[in-house]
Amino acid sequence: MAIAVVLVLLVVGSVVFHFASPWWFTPLASNWGTIDFTINLTFWVTGAVFVAVNLFMAYCVYRFRHKAGHKAVYEPENAKLEIGLSAVTAVGVIAMLAPGLFVWATFVTVPEEATEYEVVGQQWQWSFRYPGNDGVLGTVDTRHISEANPFGINPEDPNGQDDILVKDPEMYLPVGKPVKALLRSKDVLHNYTVPQFRVKMDLVPGMVTYLWFTPTVVGSYDILCEELCGIGHHVMRGKVVVAEQADYDAWLSRQPTYAQLAGMSAPNAAAGQQQYAVCASCHGQQGEGNPALNAPKLNGLQSWYIERQLKYYQQGVRGAHPDDVYGRQMAPMASMLSTDEAVRNVAAYISQLPVTDAPATVSGNAANGMSIYNANCAACHGKDGKGSWATDAPNLVGMSDWYAYTQLNNFKAEIRGAHSDDDYGEQMVSMATAMRNEEQLNDVLSYINSLQ
Amino acid sequence: MAYVPLADQDHEHELHDPHTFITKYVWSQDHKVIAIQYGGTAILVGLVALGLSVMMRLQLGFPDTFSLIDPSSYYQAVTMHGMIMVVYLLTALFLGGFGNYLIPLMCGARDMVFPFLNMLSFWFYLLSVLILLSSFFVTGGPTGAGWTLYPPQTITPGTPGHETGILLMLISLGVFIVAFTMGGLNYVTTVLQARSRGLTMMRLPLSVWGILTATVLGLFAFPALLVSAIMMTFDLMLGTSFFMPAIMAAGEQLDYNGGSPILFQHLFWFFGHPEVYIVALPAFGLVSDVLSTHARKNIFGYRMMVWAIVAIGGLSFVVWAHHMYVSGMNPYFGFFFATTTLIIAVPTALKVYNWVLTLWEGDIRLNTPMLFAIGFIFTFIHGGLTGLFLGNVVIDLPLSDTYFVVAHFHMVMGVSPVLVVFAALYHWYPKMTGKMMNETLGKLHFWCTFLGTYAIYLPMHYLGFLGVPRRYYAMGSTDFIPESAQALNANITLAALFVATAQVLFFINVFWSLKNGKPSGGNPWGATTLEWQTPDTPPKHGNWGKDLPVVHRWAYDYSVPGYPQDFIPQNVAGDFGVSDDHDHDDAPAKHA
Repeated sequence: MAIAVVLVLLVVGSVVFHFASPWWFTPLASNWGTIDFTINLTFWVTGAVFVAVNLFMAYCVYRFRHKAGHKAVYEPENAKLEIGLSAVTAVGVIAMLAPGLFVWATFVTVPEEATEYEVVGQQWQWSFRYPGNDGVLGTVDTRHISEANPFGINPEDPNGQDDILVKDPEMYLPVGKPVKALLRSKDVLHNYTVPQFRVKMDLVPGMVTYLWFTPTVVGSYDILCEELCGIGHHVMRGKVVVAEQADYDAWLSRQPTYAQLAGMSAPNAAAGQQQYAVCASCHGQQGEGNPALNAPKLNGLQSWYIERQLKYYQQGVRGAHPDDVYGRQMAPMASMLSTDEAVRNVAAYISQLPVTDAPATVSGNAANGMSIYNANCAACHGKDGKGSWATDAPNLVGMSDWYAYTQLNNFKAEIRGAHSDDDYGEQMVSMATAMRNEEQLNDVLSYINSLQ
Repeated sequence: MAYVPLADQDHEHELHDPHTFITKYVWSQDHKVIAIQYGGTAILVGLVALGLSVMMRLQLGFPDTFSLIDPSSYYQAVTMHGMIMVVYLLTALFLGGFGNYLIPLMCGARDMVFPFLNMLSFWFYLLSVLILLSSFFVTGGPTGAGWTLYPPQTITPGTPGHETGILLMLISLGVFIVAFTMGGLNYVTTVLQARSRGLTMMRLPLSVWGILTATVLGLFAFPALLVSAIMMTFDLMLGTSFFMPAIMAAGEQLDYNGGSPILFQHLFWFFGHPEVYIVALPAFGLVSDVLSTHARKNIFGYRMMVWAIVAIGGLSFVVWAHHMYVSGMNPYFGFFFATTTLIIAVPTALKVYNWVLTLWEGDIRLNTPMLFAIGFIFTFIHGGLTGLFLGNVVIDLPLSDTYFVVAHFHMVMGVSPVLVVFAALYHWYPKMTGKMMNETLGKLHFWCTFLGTYAIYLPMHYLGFLGVPRRYYAMGSTDFIPESAQALNANITLAALFVATAQVLFFINVFWSLKNGKPSGGNPWGATTLEWQTPDTPPKHGNWGKDLPVVHRWAYDYSVPGYPQDFIPQNVAGDFGVSDDHDHDDAPAKHA
């Protein structure tokens, strides 16, 4: 008896929940309104079946519950009824499937006028490539991938020379133009998803997959990876900005081509030495750091990491949070480097400094720290802690542990890394939670101290 | 001279009786003991998986409050929870547990036809479980690649347990498949060869049909998993490139070239989709018998129910790539697989209609097993209908890899089969133990489980509509997910904790009733099928005493007009209902 009432309540409750729910599809920002139509159609058909069958069941339970003296009716089967119900079901299924297949046919047929761009996935970053003026993407191969050529572009291919490379996880698209995204992975499966566009597709290493859409609404949208790709899966984020053609063109023209990057002159470390004089007052002549001034050791860091952090300081991506006391001191210092060239030079100088020792200041259980480190940190920073250009993870070995301690706490408290342009810092905000408490943090740092 | 089967010859059924504790309960060849060994092990390992899901839910619901897991162990929990629940709990429990217990009894056989193989099957299963669990204690821990084990990430750095954990997983699956094959051959052979006299195929209870078809599916499907596990092991250990193209890892080029990650997915889902029905078909069968018995009415449309099981089983082999619509496979496959997938909806819907029509004009006893069975129909309708979203290829584009998928498959192959497991356990417990379970506790257990799971999974669909991706340790910051989604997640976690805790009621009931339950007698529900007609309860070794039962009618003669009681056991002769005494045709329709 109660079950009949509950079944009715559950049906009513589900319908109410559906209409009251604030959780529903994001506003559509592409041409795929037909997908939304198919979903709504399916919703109404299945919703009607859900309500009808369950209410009928509730009625049966109520009406035919056991009563003294009552006996069930003996009726082994009723072929007419069963065939009739199957036929009605088949009609309902066709009503949902047919429009679905039509929409799928448009999805698999890319319009002629769609322009191509390439999405490159790797653990746990997005990057993008646009064909240059020739409109053709150059050939690529995993064998060409190196620190100097992260996209793996074939240096011999003339089509690749003017390819525009976007190493940041932020890309632009012009509004109202159909685009075909070519999807490529350097390592494992990923999935290129922008909820507002409705379409998604896996990136599969060893092959190129695709999807197409026409962005219809100007704005900025999250790119998510939706195929499990290792422990950084949930921090593999990007942004796609849908812009007016003029804004798009302006943005695109600011991005370097393959030829420009390949032909860039080496940074001038000697010039960097001049600039470094200011830095040395806190960080020391050898970049050995000075705990008394809260200046961390710098020697031993990779130049690309120093470059990026300096730019973040300049752009207010880092060192702008009111609680980031020392970061706020650093920001104006970084701004003294007036050009990108100066930043590159000083970074190059620092990365060449002889590596000095950093005295250990924390103590903890290194064995416990090792298991936490290997499970969570090593994927980017390496088992040896030396970091990698491929994952944009800096060296950790031999650096100031008190500084790492502060930074990890800053990540956890979102004092650092919460800025939407701090792409890798954002990953650390999540990953730093692997050290659940003070004790585990010290354990990990003392393990890192034990690395050579 | 009259034919007397070997097993019926007087001196014969004495010979294989076990005499020591070890042969009776440990190295037992009795299908009933093996069933309980299988079921007990499956439930224990299922509790591990339940614990893992609690850890995941705490992380998702209250990410800043609990310090239980880090990203690495979160993905390990996701993986192990899924694999354990699908393979080591549900497959083992339905086939190794219920299959073992019910097939010989429902078929009127003394045991499985290969009892020794049956015993080996259990011990190999136990070994596979131990290997699987041992991965929690090795360096790097268990694999965190997701239960789908998609390469390349399964065996590349960046995935937890990519060295030892994954190897143990693959070995464990291999051993499990050996165990399943030994059991499966037994189940099929027993059903086909050892049925009692008069028990034609079209008189078998639907439980047997469900288990038989599921076993046949398993025998065809598991080899695909086995070969993919072997090939992946080669990729891992020998450096072959079956599934591995040329890729990078941490800035280094790995020594692989030319393999296909999508090949693995095809093999995996060629196993993986039938696997859904390996779990679902036994549940369909068992719930049919529970519904019929407690509605005091024949299962409606028995023949259609049988053919629906067979049709679903057959179709389940041609729908696998609906798991791969966005995998990057040739998109033209979408047309074919969407069509086959939605065709499956027709026989499946027919089963639902026939369950509900079984209630129509019944005499419904709302006891605990029946409540679970009715709850199953509700959750299965829900889960089945959301399958029409995901199967329709374009709708899968926005919903794939979101919480909608998680909610869908938990409704359809998590909650629904588990409700059937409980319905079946409450239903057959009296036969297994000779004691009734406590009704009050049982009903309380039902309400907590049924309402609690719906409170978990109904809202979860809406996170999926919103676009919240699955398999995320933490959502981090996005523009499109409102704050309220986190509140919803917290509520889902509370419901999950409630449901997990409520399962204590079941275990209390099982152990309490073992000692204090009312004696059930041999046939407490007034059921028609053979297992309720054994001379002893619980049935002794050999099941039937001296003479095997002879079957005279189909399995569903409930409330036959003109018959004094509201059920006629299958082994009762007489000119009522669908018996052979006035008609040797098996078609029940003639009497409708």
